[in-house]
Amino acid sequence: MSAAEQTAEQKKFNMDTVANAAATPDTELPWAELGLKQNEFEEVVKVLGRRPTAAELAMYSVMWSEHCSYKSSKNHLRQFGDKVTEEMKKDMLVGIGENAGVTNLGDGWAVTFKIESHNSPTMIEPYQGAATGIGGIVRDIISMGARPVAVMDPLRFGAIDHPDTARVIHGAVAGIGGYGNSLGLPNIGGEVVFDSVYQGNPLVNALAVGIMRHEDIRLANASGLGNKVVLFGARTGGDGIGGASILSSESFDDTKPSKRPAVQVGDPFAEKVLIECCLELFKGSLVEGIQDLGAAGISCATSELASNGDGGMDIELTSVLLRDPSLTPGEILMSESQERMMAVVSPENVAAFEAVMDKWAVEYSWLGEVTDTNRLVIKWDGEVIVDVDPRTVAHDGPLYDRPYARPEWQDALQADTFKASEAGANLPATGDELKAALVELMSSPNMCSKSWVTNQYDRYVGGNTALASPDDAGVIRVDEETGMGVALATDANGRYTFLDPYHGAQLALAESYRNVATSGAVPLAVSDCLNFGSPEDPDVMWQLAEAIRGLSDACMELGVPVTGGNVSLYNQTGATPIHPTPVVAMLGKFDDVARRTPSGWRADADGQAIYLLGTTFDELDGSEFANIRGHLGGLPPKVDLAAEKTLGAILINASRDGMIDSAHDLSEGGLGAALGEMALRYGVGARVALDDLCERDGVDAFTALFSESQARAVVAVPRSEEVRFNDMATARRFPVVRLGVVDAASTSLEVQGQFDLDLNELSEAHEATLPKYFG
Amino acid sequence: MSATELPLIGDYTTPVPELNGARIGVITFPGTLDDRDAARAIRLTGAEAVSLWHADHDLQNVDAVVIPGGFSYGDYLRAGAIARFAPMMGNIIDAANSDAKLPVLGICNGFQILTESHLLPGSMVKNDHLKFLCRDQILRVENNTTAWTNQYGLGEEITIVLKNQDGQYVADEKTLDALEAEGRVAFSYVGWNPNGSRRNIAGITNAAGNVVGLMPHPEHAVEAGFGPDHTGTDGLGFFTSVLTHLVGGQK
Repeated sequence: MSAAEQTAEQKKFNMDTVANAAATPDTELPWAELGLKQNEFEEVVKVLGRRPTAAELAMYSVMWSEHCSYKSSKNHLRQFGDKVTEEMKKDMLVGIGENAGVTNLGDGWAVTFKIESHNSPTMIEPYQGAATGIGGIVRDIISMGARPVAVMDPLRFGAIDHPDTARVIHGAVAGIGGYGNSLGLPNIGGEVVFDSVYQGNPLVNALAVGIMRHEDIRLANASGLGNKVVLFGARTGGDGIGGASILSSESFDDTKPSKRPAVQVGDPFAEKVLIECCLELFKGSLVEGIQDLGAAGISCATSELASNGDGGMDIELTSVLLRDPSLTPGEILMSESQERMMAVVSPENVAAFEAVMDKWAVEYSWLGEVTDTNRLVIKWDGEVIVDVDPRTVAHDGPLYDRPYARPEWQDALQADTFKASEAGANLPATGDELKAALVELMSSPNMCSKSWVTNQYDRYVGGNTALASPDDAGVIRVDEETGMGVALATDANGRYTFLDPYHGAQLALAESYRNVATSGAVPLAVSDCLNFGSPEDPDVMWQLAEAIRGLSDACMELGVPVTGGNVSLYNQTGATPIHPTPVVAMLGKFDDVARRTPSGWRADADGQAIYLLGTTFDELDGSEFANIRGHLGGLPPKVDLAAEKTLGAILINASRDGMIDSAHDLSEGGLGAALGEMALRYGVGARVALDDLCERDGVDAFTALFSESQARAVVAVPRSEEVRFNDMATARRFPVVRLGVVDAASTSLEVQGQFDLDLNELSEAHEATLPKYFG
Repeated sequence: MSATELPLIGDYTTPVPELNGARIGVITFPGTLDDRDAARAIRLTGAEAVSLWHADHDLQNVDAVVIPGGFSYGDYLRAGAIARFAPMMGNIIDAANSDAKLPVLGICNGFQILTESHLLPGSMVKNDHLKFLCRDQILRVENNTTAWTNQYGLGEEITIVLKNQDGQYVADEKTLDALEAEGRVAFSYVGWNPNGSRRNIAGITNAAGNVVGLMPHPEHAVEAGFGPDHTGTDGLGFFTSVLTHLVGGQK
C-alpha cells in the first residue's frame, strides 16, 4: 500500500485531538481498563490541565505501568545509587538510568551489560516470549553504541515432571537458541532451575554484553534544534499491544481485524541486520542520539529521547511505516513490535544515514524533528493528538511507598530446620549410602547436566569464547592483541532468599562474585534482575525491600557497583508468589583470558594436588540435598563477605601466577557436587580423603560432602606450585586443606574409606535426566 | 591496527604490506554470522582476508573464496535459497566453473548455498532430532586431494565445531553412490551421526576438487583456547591447504 493510500485508510478514524479533548472534558475514558488507578488518572488530568486524548491516555497508561515506571520499587532501588563509594565509581562510565551501564576496561575499551526479565510473555508463548527477550536486551546494548558479543540466560521452570514444564522449556530453549544463534552471539552460560513454585510463573531472564571503544558510547537523548527524528528497522504492527483492546473504541470501523495476542513476534534476521547497520551508523558518527523500542514502543522512545534531551520533539505519526494499516494512533504508540530503533540525526547527516539504511536494506521513515518547546507534540495528519511535557510521561510517574512487613510465618519457617525435621532423619552415613546419595544428587533436576539445554545454543560464534557453560563463568576475549577480556556469571537461589531475603540476596551476589573469581577474573560490576511476586502483598514487598537492602549493602562491602538491571513484579499465581528470586549478574575483567581457569582437571593434570579452600559448617537448610527430600526451612548458609573477598583474591592471584590449573566454586550440592563436576568435566578421575577436613571443621562425612557453606572452592595445584600456593593461603590466613590428587589412570572418583564412584556410571546418571523428561 | 586484529565495526579488509601472498575473499550476506571468524582463520595462516559484499559484482582479484556460516536472508524460505541469487554468487559460480577453477569453500550455510547453486549435489534438511545442536565433532578425512584438504592425511580424524539446525545431508541413492564411487565424500562423521546425514556425510567436493562444502566449522577450530574443548586447532588445515594449493605445492 502506498503512503497516500495508507493515510487515506487511517483518515477513517475519528481522531480525538487535543482540541477535542479540551472541548469535551466530560468524555468517559477507559483508564481503568488500561491499568491506571483512579489517583493516577486524576494525576494525568492535573498534569495536563485537561482530560487526556485517547493517544495521551495510551502513552501515560503504559509508561506509568509497573514495568516501565518502577513505581513500587524505585524508593528502594535508590540504595543501589546511594551506597556507592568513590572507589566503586571510578570505572563506571555510565551508571543506572541509561539503557545499560558502561564500565571502563582500560586501553580505551569499555563494556556494557544488562540483565532483564521476559517472564510473562514466555509463560504465554514460550518460543516468542523467550526469543524476544534476547532481542530486547541486545537492542539495549546496541543503543549504548556497543557491538553485542555474548548472551546468557538464567532460566527457572516449574516441576520437571509437570506436563506444562515440557511445553515451556521446549519453547523457551528453542526460542533463545533460534533468536540468539541467528544473531551470531555466543550463549556462554546461565542457570536452569526446576521448582514447582515457578509452575505458573517461569522466569526467563536474558543478559547481553557488548564491547565498544570509549569514543563510541552513545546515549538516548534528543538534542539540537532542527535535528531529524527517524524510526528504522521493522515495520510497526499490532503485536505486543497488551491490554489495549479497548482502544478500538476510537474507531467506527467494525471491519478491523481482531486484536493480536499481547506477545511480540521476533525476527532475528531483522535484528542481525539492525546490529550491523547501527554499528555502521556509529562508526560514521551519523546519529546524535539513539533509543531502542522495547516496552511501550514509540511512547517510550519519543518521551525518553525528548525528556533526556534539551528541548522538545514534534512527530507526525502517520509517517510511521505499518504492517497493518488499520492500527489506531493509540495502538501505534503502544505497539511493541520488535526490531525497531529510533534515532536523532542532524540535517547534514541525513543523506549519509539513508545510504547506510539502503546498503543494509533497512526500512526507515522520518517522523519529525527536535524543537525548543520542551513539549512532545504528536500529530496525526497535521492534527495535534498529543501535547505533553515529556518528563511527565517518562520520568515523573507515580511513586508508591507500598506497605511491607515481615510475614507472620517467617519465624516458623526459619525454626523448621532440616536436621530436626522428619525429612532430615536417616541421613546417609555409610560409604554405600553416601555414594548413592551423591549419584542421586548429581542426577536430580537442578544438579544434573544442562547440556540438553546448552547444546541448543551456539557457544563458539565470534571466535572469542574462552570459557562457557558448564564452567563457572563465561569468558569472552575483548582485545585480540593483548588477550584482555571479560567474565560473566549469573546466580540466584530462590530457596535461600525465601528463607531469609536479606541474606539470600547477598548469597546470590556472593556466588556470582565467587564464580567470576574462580574463573580468574577480577569482579568489576553488577547487573541484577529482581523477580518477585505482587508488591501489593506486604509479605512480598518485605521480601523485595529486604533483598534490595541486602544486595546493596553487600555490593558496598565487596566494592562492586550495580550499573543497571530490571525489576519483574507480579510473578504469582493467585495469591501464591514465586520464591523471591534476585538474579545477580557479575562482570569481571581479565588482563589476558589465556589465564582463565577451567572448572575441571584434564588428563595432563595427573598427580596434581586437590585442595579445598574455606571452612565447612553444618549448613544443610535450604540445600539441594534437603530439596531432594522435599524439605525447605531453617536459615540459609551464613554470609561472610570478608571471606569471599579473600577467597576471590587467592583464586585470582593463583590464576595470574599459574599456581592452579583448574578450580570450581562450591555452591548448590556442596563439595560432593563440586568434586563430581570437576571429574566429569574432562572425564578424569581423582582420589580424595575427607578425614583431615572432617577433623579440622568438626563435621561428619555426610556434612562434608553435602553442606552448602559459602566462601569455598576446590582447586587443583601442580606439584611444583604446592608450596607457593600453601604459603599464599596461609599468609592470608585462609583455611586450606589438601584432599587428594588427580589420577589420570583412574576412571573413578574415589573418596577413600567411603566409596569408589565409577565416572561412567556418574556421567550416565548426570546426563540422562533432562533427555528422559524432554526427549 | 595489526595484521591479525579484527575491527569491531565494518569491513575487515586492511592492506597488509608485509603479506604479499594470497588474497582470500569472505562473502557477507545480510544474516551472515561467521564471516569475521573466517577472516580471522585466513589471517592466522598468513593470507589476506578480503571482504566481499553480496550485492557487489567485483571479486577483487581474490585467489579463493570462503562462503561462511549464518542465516543468509534469515533462511526463511529454505537455507541458502535466496543467497544463491545474490549478484556476487553469480560471479563466484562462474569463477568456480571456469578454467581457472577458483577454490571455493562453503561452511554450514555456505555449504547450503553451494548446493542451492548446483556447484555441489544434494541438499540439507532439518536435523533428524529437530533441534539445533552445538558440539565438538570428530570427522574423518575421506579425500585429501582437494584444494581445501590437501594438508590432512587420508583417514585422519579431526575435531572441529558442529552447530546447526538444518544439517542433515540428503541426496538420491544414485548421487550418493556416485559421490562414494568417485571419492567425492570429503568428510564423514565419526561415531554418532549428529543429524541423520545420509551415509554419515559431513562434507563433499566437486569432481575438480576446487569446490568443497561441509556442515561443521573449521574456522572455529583455529586458535588454541577458543576452539573445541578450548584446545583444538584442527581446522587450520583447511586454510593452509588452500594456500598450498594456490602456490602449486604438491603433497
